Amino acid sequence: MTGVLEAALRARLDRGGKCLVPYLTGGLGNDWLETVQAAAIAGADAVEIGIPFSDPVMDGPTIQLANDRALAAGVTPQQVFDRLHRADIGVPTVVMTYGNIAYRMGYQRFAASLARSTVAGAILPDIPLEELGPWATAADAEAIETVLLGAPTASDERLARIAQRSRGFVYAVGLLGITGVREQLAASAKVIAKRLKAVTDLPVLVGVGVGTPRQAVEVCEEADGVVVGSAMVQRMLDGAGPDGVAELVAEFRQALDESTNHC
Amino acid sequence: MAVSAQEKTTHPYGNTSVMGDPSESGRFGEFGGMFVPETLVPACQELDRAFRSAWADPVFRDELYLLFRDYAGRPSPITICENLSAELGCRILLKREDLNHTGSHKINSVLGQALLAKRMGKTRLVAETGAGQHGVATATAAALFDMECIVYMGEVDIRRQELNVFRMKLLGSEVRAAQSGSQTLKDAVNEAMRHWVGAVESTHYCLGSVMGPHPYPWMVREFHRVIGVEASQQCASLLGGAPDVVVACVGGGSNAAGIFSGFVDTEAALVGVEPAGGAALGRAVPGVVHGSHSYLMQDEWGQVLEAHSISAGLDYPGVGPEHAHLAATKRARYEPISDAQVVEAFQLLARTEGIIPALEPAHALGWIMQAKDELAGQTVLLNLSGRGDKDVAQMMEHLA
Ligand SMILES: Cc1ncc(COP(=O)(O)O)c(C=O)c1O
Repeated sequence: MTGVLEAALRARLDRGGKCLVPYLTGGLGNDWLETVQAAAIAGADAVEIGIPFSDPVMDGPTIQLANDRALAAGVTPQQVFDRLHRADIGVPTVVMTYGNIAYRMGYQRFAASLARSTVAGAILPDIPLEELGPWATAADAEAIETVLLGAPTASDERLARIAQRSRGFVYAVGLLGITGVREQLAASAKVIAKRLKAVTDLPVLVGVGVGTPRQAVEVCEEADGVVVGSAMVQRMLDGAGPDGVAELVAEFRQALDESTNHC
Repeated sequence: MAVSAQEKTTHPYGNTSVMGDPSESGRFGEFGGMFVPETLVPACQELDRAFRSAWADPVFRDELYLLFRDYAGRPSPITICENLSAELGCRILLKREDLNHTGSHKINSVLGQALLAKRMGKTRLVAETGAGQHGVATATAAALFDMECIVYMGEVDIRRQELNVFRMKLLGSEVRAAQSGSQTLKDAVNEAMRHWVGAVESTHYCLGSVMGPHPYPWMVREFHRVIGVEASQQCASLLGGAPDVVVACVGGGSNAAGIFSGFVDTEAALVGVEPAGGAALGRAVPGVVHGSHSYLMQDEWGQVLEAHSISAGLDYPGVGPEHAHLAATKRARYEPISDAQVVEAFQLLARTEGIIPALEPAHALGWIMQAKDELAGQTVLLNLSGRGDKDVAQMMEHLA
């Protein structure tokens, strides 16, 4: 059965477009939920919502700072769920957080909380394939789509196993490194997209190191879409508000749409 | 390097049952595992394969044995403390890891890991450090093996331990400040992991304790097993068998794992001592962070809490998974000690035995002082994991 996250991304791809998934930090500022809604209206196909964690080992300085600020303001996972519960966002959401947040709440309760808040999917980057069993069982029971990461260090055989167990889309890690905007798109970004495309029919979205519309267009020569994190979160940190973030989402949307119309 | 036939017969390793190999998935009971970002999974699996093959290779073991002997100064002696024993009413023996090159037990695992990294074709080492002892040991091995070395240290610890920062630089390493979060050991681990994610192909992460993803908790314990093997032989000749109690301080738990491994299959009671402000085992709340499922100081939502203690080397909110297993199965017990008791113990050992301990093992002595009624007449082996040179400036201020 195709989940709502996968369905939304496929709908974009079926129209000949490329998928755009901005990452926004949940609980960062009082207007974070309005920011999520504005991003959806500006052309996001789904929105990834970070639940702040004290020790985000996959994240660079921008998202670390966003986590620290939100935590200092007292944000809890439950508060993020509560606000999402009552919200009309218009596109599917997927939460991204670290394993211990889900583990502490209990995998079943965490999955049930996501379902109750109509969150479609979850990304837990420090729960790799080998450790996925207990979480996957809980997530599957609530029809939460667990998005897995495929990284440049994996063999083709491993990428195939990851893609097979991933739901919603496959998150292709664009470079050897943590989240953050880079001057140039890493050569590894297109390579990992291509390698994953060769082993799966799921949408393949590249994240980590995709920070500008130009980089998004470039990587989408191979990929089905992009996840854009630090560039978006930087706008939130700068106090650009829902409008400022929506503006950036619209720039990515326009660049991706133009690139697909031209060919 | 060649090892004589006689040395081979006294090769300082063996296998015990209780602290044997972890399961295929890197678990000790329910604890352990490999909870790392996908980018690092192939690196951990490669390390697991490389360690298994090296550890089964007599050539690797001989090379490490000679490094232990001729570079680190092993075996470390056992000192029987007559004055201290008279004062506390139990017989106290010290396993003198403070006499190793670089002044602590950390050199054991670092020599093992550097030798392994070289065998794997890695050219760089990255490490985290709290008190700076593991950083100094790693910088030392990097100098010896001509490898590039980067050490992450919390901004707060850089200020607390400036002598060790200078030592690392002198040894040719780069010291980088971890400026996020609590700016102590846990943040240095985060930064070292982030660095490793970006440089995994050329770099070995030289983790400083029996924590992190599989195979680290097992591998680091195996490299420290030499402490327990030596101590059990020394106790056999000094005492005719195992002591009544074996006690060690626990940050991540490497020195404790090393000495426990020599006595886990005997009748000896095993006691790990944690700082009261960093008692992951005492609180016994499980979590998954820094690569393994173990006990972890955290709030009700799973946010990791900061540990607080007088010693930078024990300021870690987690603990190695094998200790969680030893605690859960009740083979070892873990006790908290306050900073004030540590300061007393620090002074007592200096005054009675002429040995200035590091603040970390002073925790273990603090527990003996506290438990002296219970210990009356017993024989207690304390792992003196490091010397106090790094702490004298801090103590001078503290006692002023
Ligand atoms: C002398 C000494 N002992 C103990 C420790 C704590 O580490 P572990 O619990 O891994 O032995 C440290 C850490 O820096 C140390 O320097």
